[in-house]
Amino acid sequence: MSDLSKSDEYYSAIDHKPPKPTGWMDTPVNLRKGIYCHSANPKSLDYVGMPNARKFDPTAEDWLLPDNWQEIIHKGFKERLDKFRSLKVFMDICVRCGACADKCHYYIGTGDPKNMPVLRAELLRSVYRNDFTKLGKILGKVNGARPMTLDVLKEWWYYLFQCSQCRRCSVFCPYGIDTAEITLLGRELLNLLGLNIDWIATPVANCYRTGNHLGIQPHAFKDMLDFFVEDIEEMSSLQLEPQFNKKGADILFITPSGDVFADPGTYSCMGYLMLFHYLKEKYGLDVTWSTYGSEGGNFGFFTSHEMMKRLNSKMYMEAKRLGVKWILGGECGHMWRVIHQYMDTMNGPADFLEEPVNPITGTKFENAKSTKMVHIIEFTADLIKHGKLDLDPSRNDHLSVTFHDSCNPSRGMGMFEEPRYVIKNVCNNFYDMPANTIREQTFCCGSGAGLNAGEDMELRMAGGLPRANAVKHVHEKHGVNMLANICAVDRAALPDLMNYWVPGVDVTGVHELVANALVIPGQNSRPTDMRGEDIPGLELEEEEDTDE
Amino acid sequence: MNDKYMYSLIAVFLLALLAYLGVEAAGMDVIFGVVLPYVAVLLFIGGFVWRVMGWASSAVPFRIPTTCGQQKSFDWIEPARVDNPSTTWGVVVRMFLEIVTFRSLFRNTRMKVKSDGRITYSLELFLWLGALAFHYAFLTTLVRHFRFFLEPVPICLQWLENLDSFMQFGLPVVYMSGVVLLAAVVYLLLRRLLIVQVRYISLASDFFPLFLIGGIAFTGILMRYLSKVDIVGIKSLTMGLVTFHPVVPEGISGLFYVHLFFVTVLLAYFPFSKLMHLGGVFLSPTRNLPTDTRARRHINPWNYPVHVHTYEEYEDEFREKMIDVGLPVDKMPEPEPEEEAASAAAEAETPEAGEKE
Amino acid sequence: MNDKGKIITGLVIFFIIFTFPFWYNRGKAASVPEPVLSPTAKKAGECVRSKDYMKAEHMQLLDDWRDTVVRDGQRMVTNKHGKEFEMSLSNTCMNCHDNKAEFCDRCHNYASVRPYCWDCHIDNPKEIK
Repeated sequence: MSDLSKSDEYYSAIDHKPPKPTGWMDTPVNLRKGIYCHSANPKSLDYVGMPNARKFDPTAEDWLLPDNWQEIIHKGFKERLDKFRSLKVFMDICVRCGACADKCHYYIGTGDPKNMPVLRAELLRSVYRNDFTKLGKILGKVNGARPMTLDVLKEWWYYLFQCSQCRRCSVFCPYGIDTAEITLLGRELLNLLGLNIDWIATPVANCYRTGNHLGIQPHAFKDMLDFFVEDIEEMSSLQLEPQFNKKGADILFITPSGDVFADPGTYSCMGYLMLFHYLKEKYGLDVTWSTYGSEGGNFGFFTSHEMMKRLNSKMYMEAKRLGVKWILGGECGHMWRVIHQYMDTMNGPADFLEEPVNPITGTKFENAKSTKMVHIIEFTADLIKHGKLDLDPSRNDHLSVTFHDSCNPSRGMGMFEEPRYVIKNVCNNFYDMPANTIREQTFCCGSGAGLNAGEDMELRMAGGLPRANAVKHVHEKHGVNMLANICAVDRAALPDLMNYWVPGVDVTGVHELVANALVIPGQNSRPTDMRGEDIPGLELEEEEDTDE
Repeated sequence: MNDKYMYSLIAVFLLALLAYLGVEAAGMDVIFGVVLPYVAVLLFIGGFVWRVMGWASSAVPFRIPTTCGQQKSFDWIEPARVDNPSTTWGVVVRMFLEIVTFRSLFRNTRMKVKSDGRITYSLELFLWLGALAFHYAFLTTLVRHFRFFLEPVPICLQWLENLDSFMQFGLPVVYMSGVVLLAAVVYLLLRRLLIVQVRYISLASDFFPLFLIGGIAFTGILMRYLSKVDIVGIKSLTMGLVTFHPVVPEGISGLFYVHLFFVTVLLAYFPFSKLMHLGGVFLSPTRNLPTDTRARRHINPWNYPVHVHTYEEYEDEFREKMIDVGLPVDKMPEPEPEEEAASAAAEAETPEAGEKE
Repeated sequence: MNDKGKIITGLVIFFIIFTFPFWYNRGKAASVPEPVLSPTAKKAGECVRSKDYMKAEHMQLLDDWRDTVVRDGQRMVTNKHGKEFEMSLSNTCMNCHDNKAEFCDRCHNYASVRPYCWDCHIDNPKEIK
């Protein structure tokens, strides 16, 4: 973040006026440091058999492309037009009304006109018109068509990796044109030429090999959870015994590996452990973790549909091997887009699993009866609704919470009430952000779709501005000091974002809040929250915090 | 700087000139009155079918609706039945609202980065209003014109005409649709020219249909209220077209041929342009599918097997380490000396890339 | 998923509506109406203005007449041949053209024009609807 100017300076420099003198097609791409990510490590590409693996420098003139790269793109484009009606229709029917323009968080934050969703799509559309439409061939540039050149390719690379595939533009588009679909397929085309970014390619290779993006090997994975178990014992004197790779367990639990690895996701991971312990002690719930299926997220989704399928396959394969009844999934964003809208189609039918039923409440999860995977927020909400959790929300009274709807569970699923229901049952102080910045209109954290790297910090801070600005509003108005979310990328990205734009707001997963409030049989007075911080009123009487 | 709208404007002027001179000077009224309209109708129908079937022939591999409301999960949470439709009926209503009332455009907001450090998003419905006015005025005008193509004129058209002229001012009585159409075209045009971002994204092919439709509305209004034309003669021409007994009556004003030629060009241009959003909006996979993706499996017609990393391969690589920490394994290693060699081989296969965070 | 059936159905419906005029008229070229001049009109020989002008602009003329009579109280007009007329639909126009059904209505019906003149001026034509 060293190169980045101060947040107020950055803010006042934002300008949404497009450059005057030339049209966008005549404005060559200028790769700015801080906006783009490192190119993919060829070893990572090679490991999963991606073509044209090589090291290239994005700023160099020569990208060391294969000789027939234009042909590869053309053929790949054609193939995808036949395979994806979405692409074909979206290439054809945009009227450039501009409704999407100021809906993109990257456009709002950077002011770069090519970050308007419509122009991002036009980058591909212009080539589409040239290669695949009659009028484009005849009229050429007048009709918005242009041939695929190296400059165009660089422009694609630069801007397709400035889209977090959050689908906000799609909500406002009168034809539902989804830029996520366009950039997903655009990135697929780039991957044909080995043009991925390393923050995606290496997690993909890791996940393929070790079962998770971080490359945590099975023994280390178990060690990390055991470490959490020790922490929990220290803070609560509870003795947890999480199960791993257990055949015949009722439920397989899969969550993003980020939660095993980095704060503040780790606290949510400990939250899961405590919840499962509580349910095991009280109701005999039999949950297993898996080291082979130790990744909920799916960076294959940001690479290609095929890679998404290859990585996702582990969930069903592991569920089948272990013989569980159904799968429970942790808090994650794009993971749930993949599970909700792709998994069953790609790797189903999951006829070896049972239609999911909550063994404690008897609730049938009708909405998951084919995919057979339930979101842990749905699971917990159901438990709370049936009074199965002993909760003391006052244990979260030191927190004033708002909820960030993560893009994918919002616009790829529609999970809005369940997390709010859970939060309101475990916290007393909850304040929503302004209506146009939450639910289906929620803003991305700015780091989704594989852009959560260190080297593109300026892009991330700019893209996260709309979200941060809304948090700032409730921070100033209601004293909100905790930003809850249900996404591992959020938990990794939002702390930096808050530090930059709204210092004084921390970031948490919802199940950290649940675990804070959970009253578990056999625990001590638990004077601290999950982060080991004293809960006011529980330790020394004198330090009474009048938060609300 | 902006040559894009100039190209389009000049093109529309040239088209007008072509038709006017073609008829008035070169006497090609048969070409402009009969031949080209037939060609245009054929192009429209053929092109439209070709485009839609082109879309239809592409697969819909995944069910990817944009969910714009609460999902259906528990019976104690009210789902958004239309904005996040889990049933076919919900989808039908969603599509109906999308196509008939421009539902998504009705959400439109305008973002402002304020100097006091706030970014605001306020409801901005002028685009919605303008688009709605444009499309409905166009539709009404189009349907009203059926009076030139039907004999006897059905009573329902007379109802529409009465409705369209219920303000009863001017003579001939002013049809609101024509005026609204022209006004909406002007609004959409000004919007494209004056909002810098919209101008930046606009192509010549965005201006051309606006100028063309503006031209159609303008010449139509001109004929009805100012420079009167021989309506009976015109209807005999249009009736000739639709009954396949084409006639070209004498004395029809050149202005009419300009009007007709504009419509001819619009019909022929339609299937090859963005105007195909008329058909495409029905086929948008983010809108026209139910959101019950976890409850009902969607079939991908080209789903193909892929290389996966199986558990066996995984265990083979990590078996020792798993056993060391007490993780269960499927296959216990045989206590043989070869074992070390095997694990060394597996080790060699692993990429260094895998170690990266 | 195969939705071609639905798409084709949609296309067929669209084109049935679009081509409505082609099959509604069943290919019959309806005869173009010719207004019939009544004996009185024939005898009069000429109208207040030329035939071509009247054909296209008669509604405009009547509108002007109405305004002149009602707003200015002026009832008479002189045409360019110096002949004076009373500006009256009932008493001037329809005195000659006393066959509304054959002279006025034919074209009006053909072009689907329904002037509201006769909403008030029902005294002449003397025929009963």
